[in-house]
Amino acid sequence: MRIIIVGDGKVGMILTEYLSREGHDVMVIDNNPEVVEHAVSAFDVAGLSGNGANYNILVEAGATRADLLIAATSSDEMNILSCLMAKKLGTDHTIARVRNPEYAQQLVFIREELGLSMIVNPEFEAAQEISRVLRFPSAIKLDCFSKGRVDLAEIRLPENGYLAGHKLSELYKICKEKVLICAVQREDEVYIPDGDFMLLAGDRIHITGSHSALASFFKDIGMFKQKSKHVLIIGGGKIGYYLARQLSDTGVDIRIIEQSEKRCLELSEMLPKATIIHGDGTDHATLQEEGLASSDACVVLTGIDEENMVLAMYAQTLGVSKVITKIDRRSFANMAEHMEIDSFVSPKVITANRIIRYVRAMEYAKDADIKTLYKIVNGQVEALEFAIRDKSHYTDKPLKALKMKKGMLIACIIRHGRVIIPNGDSHLEVGDSVVIVTATDGYVKNLEDIFA
Amino acid sequence: MNYKMVAYLIGRIMVIMALLTCLPLLVAIINHENTVTGFLLAIACQLVLGFAFSVKKPKHSELYAKEGFVIVALVWIFTSLFGALPFYLSREIPSFIDAFFETVSGFTTTGATILTDIEKLCLSSLFWRSFTHWIGGMGVLVFVLAVLPKSHASQSIHLMRAEVPGPQVGKLVSRMRSTARILYGIYIVLTLLEVVCLRIAGMSWFDSLLHSFSTAGTGGFSTKNASIAAYGSVAIDAIITIFMILFGVNFTLFYLILTGRVLQALKSEELRWFLGIIVVAAVIITLNISSQYASFLEAFRYAVFQVSSIITTTGFITADYGQWPLLSQSILILLMFFGAMAGSTGGGIKISRVVILFKTVFHEMRHQLRPRSVSSLKLEGKAVDEKTYLGVMSYMSMYVFIYVISMLLVSLNNLSFASTFTAVGTCLNNVGPGLEAVGPVSNFASLSGFSKLVLSVDMLAGRLEFLPIITLFSLSTWKRR
Repeated sequence: MRIIIVGDGKVGMILTEYLSREGHDVMVIDNNPEVVEHAVSAFDVAGLSGNGANYNILVEAGATRADLLIAATSSDEMNILSCLMAKKLGTDHTIARVRNPEYAQQLVFIREELGLSMIVNPEFEAAQEISRVLRFPSAIKLDCFSKGRVDLAEIRLPENGYLAGHKLSELYKICKEKVLICAVQREDEVYIPDGDFMLLAGDRIHITGSHSALASFFKDIGMFKQKSKHVLIIGGGKIGYYLARQLSDTGVDIRIIEQSEKRCLELSEMLPKATIIHGDGTDHATLQEEGLASSDACVVLTGIDEENMVLAMYAQTLGVSKVITKIDRRSFANMAEHMEIDSFVSPKVITANRIIRYVRAMEYAKDADIKTLYKIVNGQVEALEFAIRDKSHYTDKPLKALKMKKGMLIACIIRHGRVIIPNGDSHLEVGDSVVIVTATDGYVKNLEDIFA
Repeated sequence: MNYKMVAYLIGRIMVIMALLTCLPLLVAIINHENTVTGFLLAIACQLVLGFAFSVKKPKHSELYAKEGFVIVALVWIFTSLFGALPFYLSREIPSFIDAFFETVSGFTTTGATILTDIEKLCLSSLFWRSFTHWIGGMGVLVFVLAVLPKSHASQSIHLMRAEVPGPQVGKLVSRMRSTARILYGIYIVLTLLEVVCLRIAGMSWFDSLLHSFSTAGTGGFSTKNASIAAYGSVAIDAIITIFMILFGVNFTLFYLILTGRVLQALKSEELRWFLGIIVVAAVIITLNISSQYASFLEAFRYAVFQVSSIITTTGFITADYGQWPLLSQSILILLMFFGAMAGSTGGGIKISRVVILFKTVFHEMRHQLRPRSVSSLKLEGKAVDEKTYLGVMSYMSMYVFIYVISMLLVSLNNLSFASTFTAVGTCLNNVGPGLEAVGPVSNFASLSGFSKLVLSVDMLAGRLEFLPIITLFSLSTWKRR
């Protein structure tokens, strides 16, 4: 597809990297010639420096025949204007990043009346991801498949934990509920495990299963954490606000520590159910007074990555059972993985992922076999959902009779809305949805490809 | 330095070069010539080396500007070394240095030869000579980028920048591979067109193919001792003149025309300068030499051919311009330095750089007279950015520096000043013929082996625009950090 990216900041850069690697024709527009220069030499893309809402620039960038324009500059108005111009010029789809909460209520209007295909709000998306993890705190990260019927949870195996040192086949015997470990990340390598695979302490494992199955699995292995009831939010910015709004609807007790008095007043008006505290979130006494140690969960959302990381580590040492940190800079995110900070979110990465999912959905809309595609484990593993529409050589046969290629795994089968974690006796039927996990990039285009 | 990636890519390129060398091998086999073993050995060497280097794809595939330069420089040196094998092993060129010089001259599209009797060579050697022009013209790596699978290409802009001439190198389209394919597509179509035209004008198929290769790469190797003059045909002169000018044009403009943006292409400032210079030079030379020829038209025919041949750095010859008045000779030497347009297959300093330099002089003068005036230097209607400007200046400094050193080294031959000066100039600008001892009717055979090596390096440096060769020979490139 021909894609134009306007504004090559952090989000733009991630998008440029992923989309160009996936084989799209990418054109980057940015005001700063140096940024464009960097993008062009680092990735296989073309670039233009100039204003992304300028008619001439857009024409030169090929907006008249582009399939998609993504506007991710720092200004909402600019993004919307870029999209409008491109749309009028003949670009098929447009995506704008709009983050000002004042526009948040009218997003649907903007999208539908102005003809944009998608509007992403990074802070809102981040808040959603945080609230998802807070509802299921046993996992570091949580993704959903098949309209939320299947969960994909990531956990890190603790030292002297229950799982370490066991083969997967033994593990499945112990557990009552059926779950499947579909990818294991060990140091820099990623494995798609089979039954003989041995788990070690420190591995990050990715497990699929229905929500209830995962919950009981975590109970079995002694890693279950109750849904967070008392949440302390440090930093009352946009994410903090969206998060508090989402959580307070579900009856969670929320406290927000915010430094600016003016912002505190605003928050207290907008969030009547939450407790707003005016104080310095990095101040030890304040944290103690507000009962950091007795909270179920602590979400650190100040504007400074370094502060967030230190606060998160402190909260973890106090024994807060779930700590979620916001980390903006990508290099810090890599460092955090090596430190003891488990759950962190990066609004920029989340935004980029959301957009990439949309692009893939657009692409796969043509060949209707793939329903959704997720990149997990830092993009090293693909999880694809296929729909089986017709009879084929692989349907109605037990899976053990079929030969699969190496490094491919059927993670689950969804039949009539029910999740089935497959074993050798399971079979595929017409009408099923199947989730495939693979570490080979972009290789699997239809279900046929996974069989040897 | 990512040594593993450098080795891996060079390996992949060697394999592709081996495949290209199969074409002259085919010619040799069909004609039962004794060059077969030479070509076979060259192919075997490249395959062995290529596969040895590229067995395992390295984990880290990052390429930066430095790696790009080193890869390009090494690939050009390796291909020239292997390319020289067939000439050397078949004893057609008995000295290896001579064979190396001839091959470098081929790949860099210079067209300077050490052969005193070209017509004695067998068909496959003639084919190989002209074919090296054709490969070298658009670039070895551009070809490789067009055929490599796309997974290699994410930072390949560095490879293209190091090989494609001109102050600003960009892509035509987003994807490197598509860009390389478009470039080669245009290149192949134009070449075939010329083959057909020359055949119609009366050349044999073989000769028209070889001359088209030489024109396309703006090289200048002919199959005749007297070059194009051997045919003495107006039609052939005219066809080659037109195609030399076409191949001296920036290929981006052809792409613009192909995509329907004809006006935008014709508006190109560099194109106007290029054509303007050709017209003015041709007119002056015609007037200057008209007394030596029977008619005014005949004088014009030789003048315009020679002007196009020299400014595009091809180096074909229809008239011994050594016998022309000094003014005409001086103009031709000047054109030799100007060179063709950036992004074409031609060599030289490139019109766009010359225009920037020229404008700088006026710009600076205006600024000295009115110190408070603010104005920007413009090319193609856009202000020339600092980086491009500095790039042009550093290019010129390197150019002069290398020129002077080479002059000193070549003067060991004790030839006349004009010979020494034009020998270095013609090699550095990838033209081919110079004046006097290296003039249109003589060749480089009389020079010492050492001078030939120096000039070979000059040709490579000139074709790759200095940075790759300088990077290769600078210590800091190879230091581990």
